[in-house]
Amino acid sequence: MRTFLLDALTKGKATIPAPGPDAAALAEAARALGERGRQRLGRSLAIREIDAGSCNGCELEIHAVNNPIYDAERFGLRFVASPRHADVLLVTGPVTWNMREALLRTYHATPEPKWVVALGDCAVDCGVFAGSPAVVGPLADILPVDLHVPGCPPAPLAIVKALLALMEVQA
Amino acid sequence: MSDGREAGEGLALRDLAAGRTAGADGYIRFPVDAETWSRLCDGCAGGQQDLQALWADGGTMRLALGDPGHGVRAIVSLATDAGRYPSVASRHRPALRLERAMRDLYGVEPVGLPDPRPWLDHGRWPGRQGDAPYPFLPVEGEGLHQIPVGPVHAGIIEPGHFRFTANGETVVRLEERLGYVHKGVEGLMAGASIGNGARLAGRISGDSTAAYAWAFARAVEAALGWIPPVRAVLLRAVMAELERVAHHIGDVGAICNDASVVAIHASCAVQREDVLAVAGACFGHRLMMDCIVPGGVAVDLSPDGVGRIRGLLARLEATRSDVLRVYDSMPSLQDRTVTTGIVSPALVRQYAAGGFVGRASGRAFDARKSFAYAPYDQVDFALKVRGGGDVDARLLVRLDEIGESLAILAQLLGRLAPGAISTDLPAVSSGEGAALVEAFRGDVFVDVRVLDGRLARVHARDASWFQWPLLEAAIEGNIVADFPLCNKSFNCSYSGHDL
Repeated sequence: MRTFLLDALTKGKATIPAPGPDAAALAEAARALGERGRQRLGRSLAIREIDAGSCNGCELEIHAVNNPIYDAERFGLRFVASPRHADVLLVTGPVTWNMREALLRTYHATPEPKWVVALGDCAVDCGVFAGSPAVVGPLADILPVDLHVPGCPPAPLAIVKALLALMEVQA
Repeated sequence: MSDGREAGEGLALRDLAAGRTAGADGYIRFPVDAETWSRLCDGCAGGQQDLQALWADGGTMRLALGDPGHGVRAIVSLATDAGRYPSVASRHRPALRLERAMRDLYGVEPVGLPDPRPWLDHGRWPGRQGDAPYPFLPVEGEGLHQIPVGPVHAGIIEPGHFRFTANGETVVRLEERLGYVHKGVEGLMAGASIGNGARLAGRISGDSTAAYAWAFARAVEAALGWIPPVRAVLLRAVMAELERVAHHIGDVGAICNDASVVAIHASCAVQREDVLAVAGACFGHRLMMDCIVPGGVAVDLSPDGVGRIRGLLARLEATRSDVLRVYDSMPSLQDRTVTTGIVSPALVRQYAAGGFVGRASGRAFDARKSFAYAPYDQVDFALKVRGGGDVDARLLVRLDEIGESLAILAQLLGRLAPGAISTDLPAVSSGEGAALVEAFRGDVFVDVRVLDGRLARVHARDASWFQWPLLEAAIEGNIVADFPLCNKSFNCSYSGHDL
């Protein structure tokens, strides 16, 4: 264990340099937040992830955002265990009828002010699952969406840039 | 129709299969009557053959059975009596959730079904809404309390409900309720083009996208007599092994993280990212979605890509041996994993549980070996089995398997010769085919029926169907705080199960 830790210390950082916010996401977030009244939260966002029907591909890449390479926490982007602690709901999947109620309850359990991010093609427009009777529809049909992050799944860097845009507008 | 309980002793598939010829996919197909159906199910219960899958196809029930010891596989069909047929689960319990699911989705009625509660139908689908609460199994006893968890969990994971009944710290029962991410995959597949079917297959469970796309492609190819080029078959295996090592190394770290050993988690996460970055650079998609298609593969591997993967192999082996050494040197970590969440060999055999869940409890089954498909029939690797059946054994089997996958990848790269990566759709436009592919989590089964060039019926059975019930058994008698470790050591798919 000691050599393992020493190795980690001597090898240098695995973390990549900080990316800038995504331009398109910045514009969308600015529009959304401008309309709903901005509120200063400081340079941090508490994020609650909700899988509302995803194939778990998006979850894999959201996990990657927290690995030492992308290290989202260095930007103040922190994933929290409860909606009660959250500023942002990060929702994946085409919303299934079986998850609709849990999604709504989680949304209502999140204190104001709150923002909703639709992550991945499925949350944006149901992706390949569009038209299924087991699916309610795109996230925007169910909740007010402030930011869309397309991709199947979006790469970790794209997720970080989009969340940075949300924070940039807020600050 | 009686449930035929008196039908007699179990029938061995190998006796029934003698003299019949298997299709291009290795499966023998034949119709059976209700009595033979029931006796084959008794044979499953008696350990003569494994239940691989069970699904409804119009007015017909189909049962995929396998006897790896004798290399026999079959898909038997039973014509239902207006949807009614003798329940498989009444004789062989592992079929229970499969039958409940088929009943919800297709309205078939398994006569004698031991548990008639709905499974995927939560009373939320349009036209079928209801307010009846789901009756969890009753638990009686002094000092018991219940802990409901989910469907929204605390971590970044898929949704599902766990109902724990505990006596103090000790779990006396876990009951799972799944189906929250049911997206109607099979419904979307019916009538879809082969191309759209492939995209859907790759999203049945995102973490097994390469495995599912491969299983779907093989099933369609078997149905239509479509032969993919040699190079494509090798590249499919390259992708499948990259997918396997990415999840194995990532999950080993995640298990250690659940025991608060963050240093191993960080090291594994960096290594996993390395694999995904290499996959992205080689195939244009980090998870390799839509890269395997019927007829071949959609992306070729450049000589530069071959070099990248070779470089990755050395780094992965270094991480693997580092992690193993540190894991072995930490009694405080092993204190959490050894003897935690034990699954007995008998249960694993009964459920024919695939993947590391089965292999960590002594079940020497791996679709790559037990029903070997190209190119694994030409590749030299060992089937890694352990006997502990606990979190420790499941973790170590996965580390063992990374070593084997690295050896497989080196052989595959060495055999790659220039050539085509796909062939055109043949003139045949109808047929039936099935395939069993070893995903990182265990064997996934896909059956397709193609009619006039479109998909008429597709059924996909994830490895999780036979692993989720064993998680309920694994946690029994363990403390609540060890559930995350047990759960992570199984890492079942919700999406692959809920469909």
